[in-house]
Amino acid sequence: MAREDGANARSVIDIRDLSLTFETNDGPVHALSNIDLKVEEGDFVSFIGPSGCGKTTLLRVIADLEKPTGGHISVNGVSPEDARLARAYGYVFQSAALYPWRTIANNVALPLEIMGLSKAERAERVKRNLDLVNLSGFERKYPWQLSGGMQQRASIARALAVEPDLLLMDEPFGALDEIVRDHLNEQLLQLWAKTNKTVIFVTHSIPEAVFLSTKIVVLFPRPGRIYDVIESDLPRERTLDIRETPEFLKIAHRVRDGLRAGHSYDD
Amino acid sequence: MSGASLTFTGQGAVGVGRYLAWTIVALALFSLPQTAFTNGPSVIGSADLMLAPILLGGAAIMLALGVGPRRLVDLALLAVSVVAAIQLLRAVGANYDKAEGGFWTLVAALWLASWLFVERLSGWDAKSPTAKRAIGLLIPALFGVWVLVLWQLFVVGFGVSPVLLPPPSAIGARFASSLPTLWADFRQTFLKAVLIGYAIGCGSAFIVAILVDKVDFLRRGLLPIGNLVSALPIVGVAPIMVMWFGFDWPSKAAVVIIMTFFPMLVNTVTGLASADRMQRDLMTTYAADYWQTLLKLRLPMALPFIFNALKINSTLALIGAIVAEFFGTPIVGMGFRISTEVGRMNVDMVWAEIAVAALAGSVFYGLVTLLERVFTFWHPSVRG
Amino acid sequence: MTTEAMSHGGAPASLSPFSRLMSGTAGPVIVVVAVIFAIWYLGAVLLNGQLQRDAYERAGREDVPLTEFIADTLAQERPLLPAPHQVAVEIWKTTAEKSVTSKRSLVYHSGITLSSTLLGFLIGTALGIGLAVLIVHSRVLDKSLMPWIISSQTIPILAIAPMIIVVLNAIGITGTLPKAMISTYLSFFPVAVGMVKGLRSPEFIQLDLMKTYSASQGQTLMKLRLPSAAPFLFASMKVAVAASLVGAIVGELPTGAVAGLGARLLAGSYYGQTIQIWSALIVAAVIAASLVTIVGVFERIVLKRMGMAQ
Repeated sequence: MAREDGANARSVIDIRDLSLTFETNDGPVHALSNIDLKVEEGDFVSFIGPSGCGKTTLLRVIADLEKPTGGHISVNGVSPEDARLARAYGYVFQSAALYPWRTIANNVALPLEIMGLSKAERAERVKRNLDLVNLSGFERKYPWQLSGGMQQRASIARALAVEPDLLLMDEPFGALDEIVRDHLNEQLLQLWAKTNKTVIFVTHSIPEAVFLSTKIVVLFPRPGRIYDVIESDLPRERTLDIRETPEFLKIAHRVRDGLRAGHSYDD
Repeated sequence: MSGASLTFTGQGAVGVGRYLAWTIVALALFSLPQTAFTNGPSVIGSADLMLAPILLGGAAIMLALGVGPRRLVDLALLAVSVVAAIQLLRAVGANYDKAEGGFWTLVAALWLASWLFVERLSGWDAKSPTAKRAIGLLIPALFGVWVLVLWQLFVVGFGVSPVLLPPPSAIGARFASSLPTLWADFRQTFLKAVLIGYAIGCGSAFIVAILVDKVDFLRRGLLPIGNLVSALPIVGVAPIMVMWFGFDWPSKAAVVIIMTFFPMLVNTVTGLASADRMQRDLMTTYAADYWQTLLKLRLPMALPFIFNALKINSTLALIGAIVAEFFGTPIVGMGFRISTEVGRMNVDMVWAEIAVAALAGSVFYGLVTLLERVFTFWHPSVRG
Repeated sequence: MTTEAMSHGGAPASLSPFSRLMSGTAGPVIVVVAVIFAIWYLGAVLLNGQLQRDAYERAGREDVPLTEFIADTLAQERPLLPAPHQVAVEIWKTTAEKSVTSKRSLVYHSGITLSSTLLGFLIGTALGIGLAVLIVHSRVLDKSLMPWIISSQTIPILAIAPMIIVVLNAIGITGTLPKAMISTYLSFFPVAVGMVKGLRSPEFIQLDLMKTYSASQGQTLMKLRLPSAAPFLFASMKVAVAASLVGAIVGELPTGAVAGLGARLLAGSYYGQTIQIWSALIVAAVIAASLVTIVGVFERIVLKRMGMAQ
């Protein structure tokens, strides 16, 4: 509702005719081909598709962790490399990847140390972002003393501490059980509403994608390409109950159809 | 009797323990009428020895039947074994090389009693972790003491020539009377050759490892060679080092440097490469530079590997320095003392020197392990 | 032919044979070895240079051309550091050109050392495996003996080598056996520790599976514990065989033994025969590398047959 003026919104991500080919011993593999995608400020975009469809690769291209072999891509209006050097995004990995020798507070402070922030500034940001993910009181704990869900929340706080406008998340809740995942999904939505960041979220769970996203991108494998882009008409403020509504199920159904069309049953 | 043992199985010895207990009883009874020492009285007739079989047999019967509170009986067994051991040690001390059947039967009973006690003690279910650790330390310590006691009993009882194997008491006496010599040797070999060589060897290998890690070509070329060298008999360079650096400690330190260099190099290079892709990607997303990645990610990741090398090297360094001294030294040093005293058949002095080497080696290793626990407290192998 | 064999890696076909070689391991290793030899030669010239200059001075020679000076430093009788080719020539002369039974044949000396190494290694390995089986099945041994075996790895056991040799000599046991005992001792500990770890490596569900079959301890040992311990056994055998060789060599030092690689080292150091020391050292290194390689080959064959290696 606040986003009716979509035409005025700035494109955070602009991808045109992007392709990425890996050279391997068995010949070239087309990980991505003919990708066209625009992500607007404040969007919550999910990439969904079967394994090998290139959803993680596409996220890594945006993060400048892979270089495309063709086409054009800009992040915040500049190249992904410049965006990375400007610390324009926060990245959340499949597992928390916290450093076991650092306390939770020091883990969140890690990117800030690398950016060369002052001690006072670091302390302030660590506190604010741990509050944001409901981890106050765990500052002095070590990662291995926390549950998997708490670790992943700490890694989200670490990504937020950079204070990026863009949050890239690569199946962040994939390793967690269903209940924890539901809970974190709700918290993530609240966080998104509070901070109004742009989020790109890779997942292979249909309910997760539909529940979280304003825009769902369905990808196909071999070569990795976009099959369908679904604009969600669900309200931006959602609770878990929304998953029982017909509107939700309609979108989920469309996503499932897309996935089925792209799935080759030979494997 | 079977009814009694059935009633008390919850408290008394079961399984192996009960067999052990009854065997001790049988041995104690069997020893009574036998002669203990040549031309001496029987065990039961000897005032010095008669207490041992009675106490051992009595405690074993209580255990076998499960009479009395369990832990108290277990401790009574220990006390009785200590008394019996003291009796046997004193008796054999006065009867060098004269031990006969009765004595050896008692030694067997004593040995089984100590075995039974450890069997019982390892069955104690300690609640607190401190008690668990105390028992974990107590058992091997007891084992060590029993080895010394049996060694003493055998050597004195059989009258083994002190050239072949001196009794622990003689080694202890020699140790106490030779402290200044042992200290001088320790200073020469350990404080000079080992520590200096260890520091230079490990330190230079660490620096080279950082350089090698930076150049991928070198890493691929040096790692297989480093692995190979770790398997080679490097101590053999000792005569060359003696020729180059003279008889004093620098040549030994040089051997230590060469021996410690490659394990440290290989482990550090491997450790620096041990950060996984996700952790490296994380640093890339922060646009961290080479040094930031090295200091904040890769060196901490390498620490467990580095400490592994430091531990291996603590032993290698001592071996290198001692063996290098076999090729020529000034008239001081642990390796020198071992090789010359063995030539003079002063085997007790050799054992005293070996005790110093063992002590130095385990304390050195222990200190490195302590440091490891401080620096890699977060590693799964340390946090347990 | 070797380059052929080594370049069969999976590098992209677009690269030239040379860059393919350099992108693997073989190329860098060859380069590093070449650099080591270069440094060796340079070191020989520098270290032996002073000796050579003294020799020239005694002979009253001046203005010796540089090429002759270098050639002379690399051809001394007793150089401080012999050049690689001098060592190679010495090894050739004392192996290929001498009868195997000759006291000057390195093959003869290697055989002496190797026989006690292998004897000790086999006994030590057997003892280590046996003790590990006992420890895994006895709580008392596990709790009382195991801590000592582990901590014995932190002490310089090799220091007792001279005593074992001399004491056994004193009671009339000489030759291969005392040296083999040192090798036994040194190979016993790593094998025992590795095997205890290996015998304990089966996971709980695998042990529980054996329990559901109500298998006896012996059956569990033969069908589960021993097979699972195989990788651990081979890893510790590699350490043990290298330690055995060191033990045998050091065992030859204290009595002034006349035969064996250790004796060659000692004799060389008495008479300043550096070339002899270096050739004995290189041969010892080659033997060590071969022994470890042979154990490695066995490992690959056995593990492959057991389906544990790819």
